[in-house]
Amino acid sequence: MSHEPLLKTEHLTKSFVARRDVLGRPKRYVHAVRDISIHVEEGETLGLVGESGCGKSTLGRAILRLHEPSSGRVFFRGKEITTLSKRELRPLRREMQIIFQDPHGSLNPRMTIRSILEEPLKVHGIAESKSELDDRVEALMKRVGLRPDQLDRYPHEFSGGQKQRIGIARAIALSPSFIVADEPISALDVSIQAQIVNLLRDLQDDLGLTYLFIAHDLSIVEYLSHRVAVMYLGRVVEEGPARELYEAPLHPYTKALMSAAPSPDPRREKKRLILHGDLPSPLDPPSGCAFHPRCPIARKGICDRDEPPLRTVVPKRKAACHFAGEF
Amino acid sequence: MSDALLKVSDLRLSFSIEGTRTPALRGVSFEVGRGKVLGIVGESGSGKSVSSLAVMRLLHGTTAKVESGSALYEGRDLFKLSEREMRSIRGGELGMIFQEPMSSLNPVFRVGDQIVEAIRAHRKLVRKEALEEAIRLLERVGIPDPRERARAFPHELSGGMRQRVMIAIALAAGPRLLIADEPTTALDMTIQAQILDLLRELKGELGMSIILITHDLGVVADIADEVAVMYAGKIVEHAPIRELLERPRHPYTRGLLASLPSFRDNLTKPRLPTIPGVVPDLRSLPTGCAFAPRCAYAQDVCRDVDPEESRSGGARFRCHFPQESELQ
Repeated sequence: MSHEPLLKTEHLTKSFVARRDVLGRPKRYVHAVRDISIHVEEGETLGLVGESGCGKSTLGRAILRLHEPSSGRVFFRGKEITTLSKRELRPLRREMQIIFQDPHGSLNPRMTIRSILEEPLKVHGIAESKSELDDRVEALMKRVGLRPDQLDRYPHEFSGGQKQRIGIARAIALSPSFIVADEPISALDVSIQAQIVNLLRDLQDDLGLTYLFIAHDLSIVEYLSHRVAVMYLGRVVEEGPARELYEAPLHPYTKALMSAAPSPDPRREKKRLILHGDLPSPLDPPSGCAFHPRCPIARKGICDRDEPPLRTVVPKRKAACHFAGEF
Repeated sequence: MSDALLKVSDLRLSFSIEGTRTPALRGVSFEVGRGKVLGIVGESGSGKSVSSLAVMRLLHGTTAKVESGSALYEGRDLFKLSEREMRSIRGGELGMIFQEPMSSLNPVFRVGDQIVEAIRAHRKLVRKEALEEAIRLLERVGIPDPRERARAFPHELSGGMRQRVMIAIALAAGPRLLIADEPTTALDMTIQAQILDLLRELKGELGMSIILITHDLGVVADIADEVAVMYAGKIVEHAPIRELLERPRHPYTRGLLASLPSFRDNLTKPRLPTIPGVVPDLRSLPTGCAFAPRCAYAQDVCRDVDPEESRSGGARFRCHFPQESELQ
């Protein structure tokens, strides 16, 4: 019996037109996401970390076809979805949902919470009668820790954390199996973040959800993820089980990222690996390994010339570095 | 005689919201020692930014009103200075940097010229000397090719570079106190580490004091000597950094630290410890302790009487039932 992950991408690439010529023809492209092959097992959380512009959000959206991929393929339950027409894609939308970073901007201010939550149910013809809809949305509110008697209020009457709960309720309204959570807690107050993290985890346990969890906060990703993929300038540079990746990074960028994260635990050792230089522009990526201008172990003649492939370094762990693990 | 560079006492400030006066600061007192970094931590609406804006007298043109309190800088009350006197101190001895460097820089002037302007506002240098000084400052804050970069416009620089330019502008007048309001929040993790490193260096080299305002306890742990934790317009706990992290007295501080995934063995727990409820609305604060509705230790007295400040060890805190045990 062959095993199929719930979600898989093969060489997924998404480019945007960066510049057009006088006739409006594309002149230059920026490769936001390049040659990404990842998979997410059913019921697991794959954490996706990286700094701004690394393509993590674009990847999440390309998987859901909210951005049309430029090339490469996406498989859901073993079925290729990149070739499906919009109409054919529709039933799959029930299965694949997204939670956005900004809970304020992603809720229509003119709609009551009830109509926000009813909308997907109506569109997909899941609940028809008024009483059925009422039951459903009330259950959703309770599920995410809100009171059903708040259903007829408007988004502005809720706090940031409560709005994110509404965003989560909308995402689970259609009983999806896969959710892309795009920085769902980074806009929230610190004392509220843990509440939402716990909610996401409870929902995963109770509903068997599979998450692609995108964030720049490394500790929250470590807490929620089974496996983690680290992105740099449009590519995955390291991927592996969360615990191992955090404890002994294989890629020097992962190592730098981990050491840059400030920790409030005085017992934690503070040894800093501070990178020099800025993130390069994806418009004009460096030659060879994109990380080589900032890399503490880069070697001339190798790293500035050849782009290292993402390869298995130790079982279940991959890294895209000529000298993975050698530092 | 205290050796504080800045001493803020019982600062009370309110905003007019829809015609009613809403308290934003409800008696805030803190000190910044010479050459020390004070971290001010809090969530949205806690008053952490308003405190420093009030001290810098940058709330003109808003509905803010300082009801009472003083801000002694080198023995002089900043609230009693004339606007003219204040102007020479602000941007001079008191520098400030903000979260979003793009909106603090003028987009139509070259960054070198903006630093020159700051230099010449406070020191008598001819343009050419000032430009050399600007280039030296750009180099000091870690900008490569400073001579060339001085000719760049803000949009030509990355976020991290722009924040370095802002720091160079703040340094131009040789400040003795730098107020940094979420200086790294908009920056990427690896760039944040660079900027914190730079601030640490400048503090050591120039003996500058820093007030670092942030929501991130990790950032504070990284750089601060002392920390003030704010909640609903009050400082609820003020302690040396190590003491605060190891033995937080106030249940809010304890709750915040304990809820972080990176704290102690939280990673292995099936659920993170949380603080229930939401950040309070300043328009309808409860009587008694503002944290009581969310506090696991709250008793009747907490709901009736707002706690006065108490002391233990090196810490000051406002709580009827301070916790003395080490945080596990």
